[in-house]
Amino acid sequence: MESAAASLIGMGLSAIGFAGSGIGLGILFGKTIEAIARQPGAESQVSKYIWIGAAFVEAIALYGLVIAFIIMGNG
Amino acid sequence: MTTLIASAHASAATHAATAAPKMDPLHHFEVHNYVDLSMFGLDISISNSVVWMWVAVACAFGFFKYAFRDPKVVPGRAQLLAETGFLFIRQLVEEMIGKEGRKYFPAILTLFFFVLFCNLVGVIPSSYTPTSQLIVTGTLAIVIFFLCTLLGFAKHGLNFLSFFVPHGVPSALLLLMIPIELISYLARPVSLSVRLFANMTAGHTVLGVLFFFTVSLDWYGAWVPFGFSVVFNAFEMFIGLIQAYIFTILTCVYINDSIHMH
Repeated sequence: MESAAASLIGMGLSAIGFAGSGIGLGILFGKTIEAIARQPGAESQVSKYIWIGAAFVEAIALYGLVIAFIIMGNG
Repeated sequence: MTTLIASAHASAATHAATAAPKMDPLHHFEVHNYVDLSMFGLDISISNSVVWMWVAVACAFGFFKYAFRDPKVVPGRAQLLAETGFLFIRQLVEEMIGKEGRKYFPAILTLFFFVLFCNLVGVIPSSYTPTSQLIVTGTLAIVIFFLCTLLGFAKHGLNFLSFFVPHGVPSALLLLMIPIELISYLARPVSLSVRLFANMTAGHTVLGVLFFFTVSLDWYGAWVPFGFSVVFNAFEMFIGLIQAYIFTILTCVYINDSIHMH
């Protein structure tokens, strides 16, 4: 019973990793808007890369989800 | 006292069973075998994952067949869509690998459309996403990893080992840098497969939770999660496209590393 509770707590704790991804997305889109504001002509070039960057940053958060699944499988 | 509690539990259980379905957002990812098969001790059963992978391949094949059923110089809508996808990947390959990449273009195009259609068939309600299984994405990633490594050794011979020695680093640091380079090289298939698998699983879990709320709430509350589920379906298609693109672009980067070595 305690181990089941501990695995639930561990699954919850793995969600802390999402904070890092949130910071990353904030930096990514903040810098992109800054860059477009400075150089509006470069918008099409810059926005080409943010979606790739966003996918990379989001994937980091999802590794936390994978760890939660691993704990769920073992707990 | 205990009987009272037990009967209360029982009535609560029956009430829950009749009133609200059980929340199970991972139900979507269960693999059922339709036909049990095994060959040489390997399990090659026809499961729902296999069937939906066939559907994805059939959709990709049918889409291109339909788009080019009557090719014209001025393309119609379907032909334009197919040509855009084709040219998009060709431009990507030329950008990332260069002229030598022409040889790998058919494989990369096939990989892109396979991953894309596997991602997109999962958006159909009550379907299955083949790429939401780590074994599927892991197999793709490991094949890519071994192909790139073999390609590097075939192109450069044992010189390919100098790929793991970074340039312009003092020799005292090499002792530290070479293991790091080696580990980062070996982590490539892991990150490649887990990225795709985790994105697909997470997106469909969110959809599962939203649909659960839709069916469990009353009519005055249900339209909120139902509206969100429409938004998330569109978002999921977008994520499927982006992840297929990322998978392809990273494959191009790895092939480029094997051919040009930095």
